[in-house]
Amino acid sequence: MRPTKALLLAVITAIVLIVGGLAAPAWLLFLVTLSAANGLAVLGIVILMRGGGATFGQGMFFALGAYAAALAPSLLGINDALLRTLLGTLVAGLAGAVFAPLLVRYRGIFFAMLTLALSMVLFGILSKSNALGGSDGISVIKPTVLGVELTAGNVEYVLYSLTVVIAVVAGWAVSVYWNSAAGLMALAVRGNPLRVEYLGASARRSLGTSFFICALLGGAGGAIMAQSLGHVEPNFANWTTSGEFVFVAVLAGYRRVPAIFIASLLLEVVRSFSNLYFPHTWQLALGAFLLIVIMFRPDGIGSLWPAPRRNKHLPIKPVAGLMEVKI
Amino acid sequence: MNKPLLSARGLVKRFGAVVAAEDICIDVPVGQRLSVIGSNGAGKTTFVNMVTGYLKPDSGQIHLDGDDITGLSHQKIAGRGICRSFQIPQLCLDLTVMENLLVAVAAATGSLSIWRPADSPNWRDRAEALLERFQLQADADRPVMELAGGVRKLLDIAMALARRPKLLLLDEPTSGVSADEKFPTMERVMEALQGEAATVLFVEHDMEIVSHFSERVIAFYSGRVIADGSPLEVMANNDVRQYVTGGAK
Repeated sequence: MRPTKALLLAVITAIVLIVGGLAAPAWLLFLVTLSAANGLAVLGIVILMRGGGATFGQGMFFALGAYAAALAPSLLGINDALLRTLLGTLVAGLAGAVFAPLLVRYRGIFFAMLTLALSMVLFGILSKSNALGGSDGISVIKPTVLGVELTAGNVEYVLYSLTVVIAVVAGWAVSVYWNSAAGLMALAVRGNPLRVEYLGASARRSLGTSFFICALLGGAGGAIMAQSLGHVEPNFANWTTSGEFVFVAVLAGYRRVPAIFIASLLLEVVRSFSNLYFPHTWQLALGAFLLIVIMFRPDGIGSLWPAPRRNKHLPIKPVAGLMEVKI
Repeated sequence: MNKPLLSARGLVKRFGAVVAAEDICIDVPVGQRLSVIGSNGAGKTTFVNMVTGYLKPDSGQIHLDGDDITGLSHQKIAGRGICRSFQIPQLCLDLTVMENLLVAVAAATGSLSIWRPADSPNWRDRAEALLERFQLQADADRPVMELAGGVRKLLDIAMALARRPKLLLLDEPTSGVSADEKFPTMERVMEALQGEAATVLFVEHDMEIVSHFSERVIAFYSGRVIADGSPLEVMANNDVRQYVTGGAK
């Protein structure tokens, strides 16, 4: 899909969602906002997986983005939701840029475990830092949006609309990236990094780019989450948070951007209702759900609708699923 | 001889007690079709791996067009104009033939934009030209994992050619191809290379193919060059007959 066509589709999607949100109850808007924030972090993981990497430490960027957005009013005097989200994105991206040269030397499980290690280091620092609230975390000041104060009556809808815009713009940018030369090169690096290097391109640089974008999206998701929840805590960097992101990535597959947000929403819905009706065993329901997806849809729910056709005259063949992360 | 395109001087490579290359000295002039022969373990692939940067020689020097490329990474050496195909084709199995070629073309331009579509017209034209030259149009949109071994070989070579290399190294271009298909495959490769300025060095076991398609043959045995000359001269060499082709003295 050409960038302009994808942009048109993105604008239409955003308008439909924002207008549709006017009729939705506040609890649903809140649920969608949280799932979209998580979806942004998952989008980063999927980009990394397409580029030959795997991460169990996306929580690190999520937490960095969240804490940056939480601290922005007190440290920098920035209270606007969009600016705080941008700040969270940049802080996480900066961390990604710093760690990328170290991580791209490794592949497969080593890469993934290093990201987990970095994430757990941050979790430890945040848990022990009294200035950042320790294990209890800190409250987040309610943001303004374009100078408008948020009230109890409009906070869910305004944050929902802002999140929709950010998620749609990110989704559009990612779809453009996937169709670009760099996006195709990332797929090639996933398939055969040695060949890519013998063609004169750098597999490490490609993986580093994927990791950097992954960090940016993780930070954006964390910043939105912090402002929506009104609270941040070290648990954002914990391995369980990263594990949930990987769960959603596997659930969604890597074929379609919308599938990632749908999978994220699905998780939130299952979690919410399971918590309500069987609070002590809801993880069991999630596990069973993932097993069913792996068995019957190894390429994720994104494979439920047609992948972009390579050739109109050929049938679409299944390709290796995300579970088969290549080393 | 004019100034050589590739000049290898005193290359030595050891793996523990195994001597894979011992004082290899080879000059390759521009435009030559050169083949390298030898039994398994003779040092042919070690030589190719040193020239392409996969292995760093223990001693000796390699020059391309007068520039010292000894010890450079394979990525940098590809950028200097030495590209290769592999004994076992190195392709991206999940991607289609066209996508593999687009990757090669994009890598050759060095411009990996995150905005420009991978199949933008200039790149697609170059990829389609390669498809046509290697007669791969019918398979353009097939994932590589569905392709037969011979087609994979051709694609591997086409990808190596995308950069318009000065020196093209083909590691056993007909290995894994059925006996009936060896000659047609090699003819397709040589036809495809016509019009390219590339100097071609190929490693090959099939002596008929070596005799038919090369101007010059270099024979390796136990990490050393034991013969260097025209195909007729090398095939008649006693050492070659004893250690490489297996013929009587």
